Amino acid sequence: MDAFVSTYVWPGLIMVAQSLLLLVALLVFIAYVLLADRKIWAAVQLRRGPNVVGPFGLFQSFADLLKFVFKEPVIPATANKAIFLLAPLVSVTLALATWAVVPLNDGWVIANINVGILYIFAISSLEVYGIIMGGWASNSKYPFLGALRSAAQMVSYEVSIGFVIVTVLLCVGSLNLTDIVNSQRDGLGTMIGLPGSFLDWHWLALFPMFVVFFISALAETNRPPFDLPEAESELVAGFMVEYGSTPYMMFMLGEYAAICLMCALTTILFLGGWLPPVDVWFLNWVPGIIWFVLKASFVFFMFAMVKAFVPRYRYDQLMRLGWKVFLPISLAMVVIVAFVLKLTGWSA
Amino acid sequence: MGLQALFFYLFAFVAVASAFMVIASRNPVYSVLFLILTFFNSAGLFLLTGAEFLAMILLVVYVGAVAVLFLFVVMMLDIDFAELRAGALEYAPVGALIGLILAIELVVVVGGSTLSPEIAANASMPIPPVAERTNTAALGDVLYTHYVYFFQIAGLVLLVAMIGAIVLTLRHKPHIKRQDIPTQVARTPETAVEVVKVKPGQGI
Repeated sequence: MDAFVSTYVWPGLIMVAQSLLLLVALLVFIAYVLLADRKIWAAVQLRRGPNVVGPFGLFQSFADLLKFVFKEPVIPATANKAIFLLAPLVSVTLALATWAVVPLNDGWVIANINVGILYIFAISSLEVYGIIMGGWASNSKYPFLGALRSAAQMVSYEVSIGFVIVTVLLCVGSLNLTDIVNSQRDGLGTMIGLPGSFLDWHWLALFPMFVVFFISALAETNRPPFDLPEAESELVAGFMVEYGSTPYMMFMLGEYAAICLMCALTTILFLGGWLPPVDVWFLNWVPGIIWFVLKASFVFFMFAMVKAFVPRYRYDQLMRLGWKVFLPISLAMVVIVAFVLKLTGWSA
Repeated sequence: MGLQALFFYLFAFVAVASAFMVIASRNPVYSVLFLILTFFNSAGLFLLTGAEFLAMILLVVYVGAVAVLFLFVVMMLDIDFAELRAGALEYAPVGALIGLILAIELVVVVGGSTLSPEIAANASMPIPPVAERTNTAALGDVLYTHYVYFFQIAGLVLLVAMIGAIVLTLRHKPHIKRQDIPTQVARTPETAVEVVKVKPGQGI
């Protein structure tokens, strides 16, 4: 019995506690990411954005949460009830499940699995189901059109994301996310004799892939300018038309959790994760999690600026970009990177 | 081992039950969703055996891509499935035959390795212990060295299939205006705009 407690019960409890801690921190972070998104968008358009609830509107997201939760969920009479309610659950569960393998600092990870990056890739390729199920179960025109668009869009951009990940993996030689970050301690900068700095991270060595990944991440998370599944000028609100109150909130939560994940993934793959920008003592002294959050927030700032600047793509342009531009570029880069690594002997 | 057995029975039971529901449910969309659940639980079974790479690839390829396309097609079909099902029982003998063949093969494989465990030692490419080599790397060792030609040929077969699908479906209709982005980008004010001074009352 003691053996059972020490092998299963205590590690299980610790894991539950860690997961809860991460989940609460993540949800609070998402609340402020949502606010930041609206504030940045407003600032670009010379508006103030939410500024009533709390100082500078800091509690706006929590007010929104209460509003959504206390509203009555309306289910259309012709909708497929079970799948209609299952869809937002699937969406939010999958989006939060990916965070289990994201390392926030050296060793700060709930499940340090060997195939971490594949796990993220697999689970984020499932996120399309929430949208398709929601669009189909609503049993009305616009949601269904939105769902079809979204399915095609997400499947297309997953291909280029996959190839970008492959180029990074070629350079690292491991699918473990912690190894990917640690391999960025030396790179282009140390190769020409500089001390460890931000020049070593993959964004410089794999710059075209960094750009492709960033744009594909926008498309994969249905962010503007690729928010065609919910293009309000064409599809009312796309797959979310029939949703209200808590189910709608869960869709939004899932979407923003996926966006935060893409920011974190960009940080891990290309911006050196928790590593400080320059390897000096006072920057090393700052905890890694702070660097991680700062970098992820910076990536999110770029996401938000793109939303504010760039008009929505037309659907055929979106498909052209995915299949005729990004796919050949990323495929060619896989070959080039593999050849360079093999011929120069840089591969680990 | 208790926990592992528990998870095995959980995944196996859900996989079998949802596989049954794939053929039993009346709505084809439910069938595809149950198929996805089956894939998911099979991935769980792969994980329990330590084949983490296969588990993730199963999710990426089958659930993330193939089943999405199934769902896509099934949702757009407008067919009376009750009518389609009416004659389904006529095919039962064929299904039973295929099931029987599969069952016999399973018995041969599983029974063979249970009765004489030394067969496993004959494998030309023994699997290295998980502690020494992660199974992603172990798969790569075999796939890209010993079986590299087969791997490439499989890729070529898929390429041919893809080109075939494109050739069958691609039609260039003559009277459709298409966007040509390089020409658009290459336009300059000189080629695109003509400035004309128009005298009042005369027109061009």
